[in-house]
Amino acid sequence: MLQLLLRRLAQAALTVFIVISLVFVLFSVIPGTFTSSLQADKRDVSQDVIERLEDELGLNDPLPVRFANYVTDLAQGDLGVSYATRRPVSDMLSGRIWASFKLACAAIFFAVCVGLPLGFIAAIRQGSWIDTAAMTFAVSGLSIPGFWAGLLLMYLFSLKLHLLPTFGYGSGGLSHLILPAITLGIAPMALLARTTRAAVLETLNADFIRTARSKGMSERRLVTRHLARNAFVLVLTTIGLQFGSMLGGSVVIEKLFAWPGVGSLLIDSVGLRDIPAVQGAILVIVLFFLLINTLVDLAYLVVDPRIRYN
Amino acid sequence: MSEPILDVRDLSVSLVGSGPPIGAVDRVNLTIGRGEVFGLVGESGCGKSLCALAIAGLLRQPMQVTGGQIMLGATDLATIPQRQMRRMRGDDVSMIFQEPMTALNPLMTVGDQIGEMFVLHRGLSRRAARKKAIEALDQVRVSSPERRINAYPHQLSGGMRQRVMIAIALACDPKLLIADEPTTALDVTIQAEIVELVLELCRAKGTAVMMISHDLGLVARICNRVAVMYAGQIVEERASAEIFNHPSHPYTRGLVDALPRLGRRLERGQRRLTEIAGVVPALHEFPEGCRFAARCPRVTSECTAASVPVTQLDGGGIVRCLHHV
Amino acid sequence: MKAGPNLYIGGGIILLVALLAIFAPLIAPYHPVTSANLMYAEEPPSMQFWLGTDEQGRDIFSRIAYGARISLFIGLAVQVMNTAIGVSLGLSAGYFGGWWDEFVQGLTGLMLSIPTIVFALALMAILGPGLPSLLIALGMTDWAYSCRISRAQVLTQKSLNYVQSARIIGFGPLHVMFRELLPNIAGPLIVVATMGVGSAIIAEASLSFLGLGVIPPNPSWGGMLSSAREQLMIAPWVAVFPGLALFVTVLGFNLLGDGLRDLLDPHGRTRR
Ligand SMILES: Nc1ncnc2c1ncn2[C@@H]1O[C@H](COP(=O)(O)OP(=O)(O)O)[C@@H](O)[C@H]1O
Ligand SMILES: [Mg+2]
Repeated sequence: MLQLLLRRLAQAALTVFIVISLVFVLFSVIPGTFTSSLQADKRDVSQDVIERLEDELGLNDPLPVRFANYVTDLAQGDLGVSYATRRPVSDMLSGRIWASFKLACAAIFFAVCVGLPLGFIAAIRQGSWIDTAAMTFAVSGLSIPGFWAGLLLMYLFSLKLHLLPTFGYGSGGLSHLILPAITLGIAPMALLARTTRAAVLETLNADFIRTARSKGMSERRLVTRHLARNAFVLVLTTIGLQFGSMLGGSVVIEKLFAWPGVGSLLIDSVGLRDIPAVQGAILVIVLFFLLINTLVDLAYLVVDPRIRYN
Repeated sequence: MSEPILDVRDLSVSLVGSGPPIGAVDRVNLTIGRGEVFGLVGESGCGKSLCALAIAGLLRQPMQVTGGQIMLGATDLATIPQRQMRRMRGDDVSMIFQEPMTALNPLMTVGDQIGEMFVLHRGLSRRAARKKAIEALDQVRVSSPERRINAYPHQLSGGMRQRVMIAIALACDPKLLIADEPTTALDVTIQAEIVELVLELCRAKGTAVMMISHDLGLVARICNRVAVMYAGQIVEERASAEIFNHPSHPYTRGLVDALPRLGRRLERGQRRLTEIAGVVPALHEFPEGCRFAARCPRVTSECTAASVPVTQLDGGGIVRCLHHV
Repeated sequence: MKAGPNLYIGGGIILLVALLAIFAPLIAPYHPVTSANLMYAEEPPSMQFWLGTDEQGRDIFSRIAYGARISLFIGLAVQVMNTAIGVSLGLSAGYFGGWWDEFVQGLTGLMLSIPTIVFALALMAILGPGLPSLLIALGMTDWAYSCRISRAQVLTQKSLNYVQSARIIGFGPLHVMFRELLPNIAGPLIVVATMGVGSAIIAEASLSFLGLGVIPPNPSWGGMLSSAREQLMIAPWVAVFPGLALFVTVLGFNLLGDGLRDLLDPHGRTRR
């Protein structure tokens, strides 16, 4: 078990390193990105100012040297200096990580709280109108573009009903969190409902459920003791993967709701072609994703003895 | 025969879907005495499992009991409410299934799975149930049960898992055990061991056994009486020695001939023993008259004309054939 | 298994959207770009402007009709690219095994650990905005799933008779992979690709919404929504209709995918 854990961690570390290299290579081999980022910004800079800046930022060193420098800096938590704001990227990120984390957790909380029961009920009542309604709801949730759903929710709950603030972070309270979290949670919720339904149906047909029935237990005990946990094991991977694709979705949703997270920083930086900030933001997102997946693996160790003992 | 513990009268099971119901088990009669070992044989797909599941009240959509009585003592299992059936299941009627690899819950220790029986039917606490579970494991001859009680199914071999299944099924000393091909999926070397174990424990507990198998040899060896099933109907039912030595129905004859026997050699070029040619018809393809007609060596035009009635045999027992011996 | 209603509803929706795209010049009452006229800015839906106008006075219905072209074109083109990459990698990985398989699996794992849109954003940052960048950014980042499926399928099929005999006859690996194996594993791949068109359309719309995709004033559904938030109070129709077009189109592809799955993949190899 410990061995498995260590192997997972080593794998994650390797992925992080590869992503770091990839991001570095992507942004370094293409010449003139810095220049064009300045020009894209319509700032009037003369050629020698650019050259001096490039020298200062070490952009003219040979690639391996720059990579070595980059990695050494990274190891010290130094993500470079933003071209746009001239502030250290790590400073810009630090406050935003918490905001993004909060939003992602709230969204997944919403997705699990709605998606799991929905899929469960649909499966238990397979073929009934509840099933049809739940699955229609789910396929709609899967098809709705998040930012549009966000606009509709904003219109309804903020502008018409005046129940919630339209956008922004506020003082970090719940009221500002609700709309973006629901918006971000719709797609994972829909997918979770579908996966849960499939998992429960698969489990219902399992032989051990028939054995459990043959023991003469109530439906309630059957569902809680035998069905739910086994179905949940099948769903766990989806929850982990959903967290990942949700991080992607959060980029757009954060922008829509002016949520001061890593995602909106990424968008703004891409617009400004602020390469260090883009690199930093991507790194944080990938790290977060890997962290989630490692946590899901740990969760498996807890709930599934087949993995625990192999 | 002593007073019957199970008396199945005209049991029919059908596939009830959107169209008209399709009969899968057709007016089956079975009587099993207290503590008797009764055999039910037939090729795969003959409806043996459906009979068993119907008796245990475990049929699932789209299969339903569509007629008949299932008397367990004085109660008709076919008509009692769900709640009452639930209480009797596991306590009075138990079942062992074919697939030991998948029949146990992979996320629960075997101790909890056995102990659950005592919690459900004896109202014991988890602690007390655990102690009883250790005893039950010991009874099915699992070595060091105190340790094995904490094992998960995937840590056990197929034979070991089937022992756990037996421990679960017999935990509450049921009146009837339905063993649906309990050894089919197991290694040949341990099949006999498992069968012996079931018989021995049931003898000790006074539990009647309905042993389902496609192996007529096995069933004839261990059972008092045997019923042969074909395409949802009982085609012959007699004392096992007679059925084995003087099969009356051509289908039974076929099953007997297909058995490997001491002193019988395979002729050159013969792939296996004399298998009955053809296959069991599917539910929706059951023919009008005798359902075995298409594969029968003794078939005549009468056979396919109308359904064949049951004939009482002189030495006791029944057969469903116009040309029985 | 027989075709369910999903197949027909989904197919019907897509057919309608495709007709709208093809006949946009005939259907749209106004030009999508040059009809801007501030006199008519933010008109609510009326007989004159069926779905209202945007802040520049352009007819929303006309822009939606032309936007269908962009959405469908990008959705399909991107999905063709992704499927081609995923299938080539997956087929060859499953077929050859060895270090190549290890490499492809590592690459797939890597792709899966970076959210597609984040990867696409990174590429957009490098390539700059515009249609070609958009196609590259989206068409090269979402192939992991079809790669995994084709690899898994090849592994189960590789030992089957028809593959063995093709090899024995002496067909080369390319022939065996694309002429023998591919047709036999196409079912699940078609399902995945169909649903993938939906995600590609959403991805394009998201990037355009963020101002990083299709360059205005070209009409794209996502781009039409980018200014919608600011006008939500006074002109909600600016937000409602382009999004509805997106939603319905993506729903069409998802329903079609579900329907095709029931038809082509009853064992649910692609279920997710
Ligand atoms: N749930 C079901 N749906 C449709 N057909 C079924 C179902 N269960 C059993 N059958 C059919 O009923 C017949 C008898 O099945 P079964 O009782 O399992 O046979 P046996 O146990 O003798 O091998 C078979 O033809 C089988 O295909
Ligand atoms: Mg059976």
